[in-house]
Amino acid sequence: MNRLRSTLTDPLVLATLSILVLLAAGEALSPGFARGDQIVRLLVVSAILGLVAAGQSLVVIGGREGIDLSVGASISLGAVLAGNVMAGQDGSIFLAVLVAGGATFLIGLINGLGVTMLRIPPLVMTLGMTGVVQGALIVISRGIPSGNAAPALMAFVNRPLVFGLPGILILWALVGVLMWVLLRRTRLGYAIYAIGSNERAAELTGLPVRAIRTLLYGLSGLFAGLTGVIVIGYTGNSFVSVGDQYVLPSVIAVVIGGISLAGGQGNYFGAMLGAIALTLLTSVLTTLQLEFWGRQLIFGAVLLMLMLLYGRAGRLRA
Amino acid sequence: MTPARTNPAMAALRNRVWLVTLSALIALFVINWILQPNLVTPNVLKSNLTVFLPVVLVAIGQSYVILGGDIDLSVGSIVALVNVVTVSVIAALGGGVPAIFAGIGAGILTGVACGLVNGLLIAGLRFQAIVTTFATGIIFGGLALRILPTAGLPVPAEYWRTYGGAVLGLPVVLWVLILALVIIAIIARRPFIKHLSAVGGLRQAAFQSGLPVARIRILAYVLAGLFAAFASLCLTGETASGDPLMGRLLALSSISAVVLGGAALAGGSGSAFGAVLGALVLGMIGNVIFFARFPFEYQTLIQGLITLLALAGGVLVARR
Repeated sequence: MNRLRSTLTDPLVLATLSILVLLAAGEALSPGFARGDQIVRLLVVSAILGLVAAGQSLVVIGGREGIDLSVGASISLGAVLAGNVMAGQDGSIFLAVLVAGGATFLIGLINGLGVTMLRIPPLVMTLGMTGVVQGALIVISRGIPSGNAAPALMAFVNRPLVFGLPGILILWALVGVLMWVLLRRTRLGYAIYAIGSNERAAELTGLPVRAIRTLLYGLSGLFAGLTGVIVIGYTGNSFVSVGDQYVLPSVIAVVIGGISLAGGQGNYFGAMLGAIALTLLTSVLTTLQLEFWGRQLIFGAVLLMLMLLYGRAGRLRA
Repeated sequence: MTPARTNPAMAALRNRVWLVTLSALIALFVINWILQPNLVTPNVLKSNLTVFLPVVLVAIGQSYVILGGDIDLSVGSIVALVNVVTVSVIAALGGGVPAIFAGIGAGILTGVACGLVNGLLIAGLRFQAIVTTFATGIIFGGLALRILPTAGLPVPAEYWRTYGGAVLGLPVVLWVLILALVIIAIIARRPFIKHLSAVGGLRQAAFQSGLPVARIRILAYVLAGLFAAFASLCLTGETASGDPLMGRLLALSSISAVVLGGAALAGGSGSAFGAVLGALVLGMIGNVIFFARFPFEYQTLIQGLITLLALAGGVLVARR
C-alpha cells in the first residue's frame, strides 16, 4: 500500500497520469481532440513553454531560492530583436538567433551577477530586470508591433519536417537529451545539484559556486531568448508583451514536473511532462466552452490539487 | 548568516534600514519639488497621495507576510474581488448610505476570507507559497469576473465624494494614511510581531520554542487580505466604479515596496513602516521621471533602471 502510494505521488507518474486523463477528457468532450494532428499541435504549444521551462529548471535546481521571473521580458526581447533582424528574410535567421540569444544571455548573466555578487534575492533581481527589459523594449520598438518572421522559421515551427513532426518538436527533444546529458552525465551537472542542495558543502569542496550560478541565470536568459525566436515563428510577428504569459506557467511546469522550488532535486524530463500537462489542461478547459471565469476557477483548483498531492513542505518537528 | 563585522555604525544602520529609505524619499521629494514647483500645494499633494495610497496599503499587508518568510502573489486579485463585491452589494441594496456601509463591510469580509484561504492552504496544509498564491490569485480573479464580467456599475456619489473630500479640514485620503499608520503602530507593539519575525527568521526554532507557527502565519495572510481590501475600497473611491481587472500590478509593486523598505525576502526582518516608505519611494520615482521630461519612450526604461538600482541598494543596506 505504501509502495502504491509513493508510486502514485511520484511527480513523473502523476504528470504522466494527468496527461492521459486530460487527453481522455478532451476526447470525451470533443471527439477528435486526441487525433494525431491535434496532438502535434498541442505539443508545439507545449514545446514553446517547455523551452522556457528548461532555463527555469536550471535556475530552480541551482538553489538559493532560484527563480527567474524575467523570462517573459527576455522572450519578448528575443522575439522583437529576432523579428527586426530577420525582417522576413530566410537568409537572416541565423543572425537573428545569434542576436536574440546573445542579448538575452547577457541579461541572464547580469541577473546572475546580481544574485551571486550583490546577493540580491532572485525574485527581486529578476523582477527588477523585467522592468528594465520592458523599458528597453519600448525604446526599441516604440510600443508598436515590429519585425516579421522569415518563412523558413514559420515552416520550422508550424509545418511537418520529419515523420509528420514540425522541426520545433525535434528541437525540443534534442534540448531534452542535451539537458539530460548536462545534468546527469557531466561534472557541471553534478555541481549544479551540489550547489542546489547544499551550497556550503559545495563551496568547501572547491566548486566555483558563484560562477556556476551566474551561468545558470545566463542559460535561463538564453533559453528565453531562443523561445522568443520560436514565438515569433509561431505567431508571425511580435509585440512588446508577447512573453508575459509564459512567466508563471514556466514556474508551474517546473513544479508539476517534480522539481522542488527549494532546489537541488528533480530533472528536466519532469518539467517537459509538466509543460505538456499544463498546455493540455488549458486546451481541455478551452474545449469545455466555459466562460473565461469558469476556466480560471478550474485552472486554479487543479493547481491547488497538484500542490496537495506533492507540493507540500515537511511537517515541523519538535 | 555571515558573521557580523562589528562596525557599530553599520550595525545600527542595519536595524534602521527605513532611515535610508526615508532619506531617499526626502531626496526624491526635493528633486520632485524643484522639477514641479507647485508640488507643495494642498491639491497636488492630495492627488499624489490618492495615487500612492493603494500601493502603500497593499504593501503594508504584504510586509507582514514577507516578515513571516512567505509571499502573497494574490493580493492584486483580492483587490479586484473586493472591488466587485463592494460595488455589487451597494447596487443590490439600492445605493443608499446604509447600502454603502454594507458594501464596505462585505468588501472587508471578502478580503479577510481570501487571506484566510491563503493562510490555511500555506500554513495549515503546508503548500508552497509562490505557486499557491498564484493559483488562489487566479481563482479570486475568476470569481471577480463571475460577479462582474465587465467594468462598470458606478458607485453612488456619496461614496466617491466622501473619499475625495475632507473631514475636519484634512483630506480623507490623509485620514486613511493616518489610520493605517495607527494600525501598524498598534500591531508593532503586540507580541505577534516578534513571534512573526521569529517564525520568518528561524521557523524550526520558533516551532520548538512552542510558538503556534501555523496560526501566526495564517494571521499574517489575513492581514494581507485585510489591507488589500482597504486598498481596494480606496481605489473604488478613486475610480468610482467596479472593475474586475483592477489591481493587476499591485502584487509585484507591493513586493518591490516591501524590499525597498528594507525587508529581506527570506523573512525575519523588515517592518510595515518601511514598506510604507518603500511604496512612497516607488511612487516618487515615477513622479520625478515624469516631471524630468525625459523623452516619452525612455521613461519606462529609466524607471526600470532606477527601481532596479534602488532594490539592489535596499538589499545591500539591509545586509551590511
